Amino acid sequence: MPGTPAFDGLAVGDIVAEQSFPLTRDSLVRYAGASGDFNAIHYRDDVAHAVGLPGVLAHGMLTMGFAVQPVVDWAGDPGRVVDYQVRFTRPVVVDPKVGAVVSVVAKVGQLEAEARVARIDLTVKVGEETVLGKAQARVSLD
Amino acid sequence: MNPELQGRVFPPVEPYLVGREKVREFARAVFATNPINHDLDAARAAGYDDVVAPPTFAVVLQEHTLAQLLAEPDAGIDFSRVVHGDQRFVSSRPIVAGDLLTPTLTVSSVKTLGGHSIVTAESAITDASGAHVVTAISALVVRGED
Repeated sequence: MPGTPAFDGLAVGDIVAEQSFPLTRDSLVRYAGASGDFNAIHYRDDVAHAVGLPGVLAHGMLTMGFAVQPVVDWAGDPGRVVDYQVRFTRPVVVDPKVGAVVSVVAKVGQLEAEARVARIDLTVKVGEETVLGKAQARVSLD
Repeated sequence: MNPELQGRVFPPVEPYLVGREKVREFARAVFATNPINHDLDAARAAGYDDVVAPPTFAVVLQEHTLAQLLAEPDAGIDFSRVVHGDQRFVSSRPIVAGDLLTPTLTVSSVKTLGGHSIVTAESAITDASGAHVVTAISALVVRGED
């Protein structure tokens, strides 16, 4: 298993992880069951259209949930993420046939030397459009 | 939207026992592949008693507290007008399978902005010893009448 990166080896601006997540409608059904969020806009086009949406959307919390995973893998332990926040800026529409691909780039945003905590800033996009704003994970390192 | 909700503390919801298979199921659903999320030996080697939940797992418990808020008779929140604006998890330690957790909801602020209301709901989650585990903070935007 990869170890945890050393705090002292980091510099602001370093890209620590990059990953793309292909989503399908199956991903949304799986997340609905796992999380208990059964809002129908995440699995029924007719309900999504009725409330003015272009189609079925991914749960914002699903996007938040996987966007931090590249950081977890980089840190080597999910318990090192001590603070994680996002703003939901744009919905992720998941087409029934082709799905959607969400890309994540994780970069060192700030280093808190005394606490040995790195703030990792996430850029989360579908195509060229950002879907999460102010996505920041604070990671406790050695 | 009732501005007097600001500062209201709700009664704690029923304690939630974190199951090992629930942690694995949630981990699969958020594409978490770290062995510490799935494998007991890997989790123990990393110093945990059991498999560790992903950083956003507390949303499962938070759902129970937000249901309390939406059901509050004087809240005046129409669920069909609620949009999730922001979310944050501030942890003292990760959630581990076997934890018995109790969430308590506080409405920390209610603000009105151009016909919309923004409700900040904080669910503080404690373990069986009473120690803080994680606080889940949601900003809910309640859209005004069209």
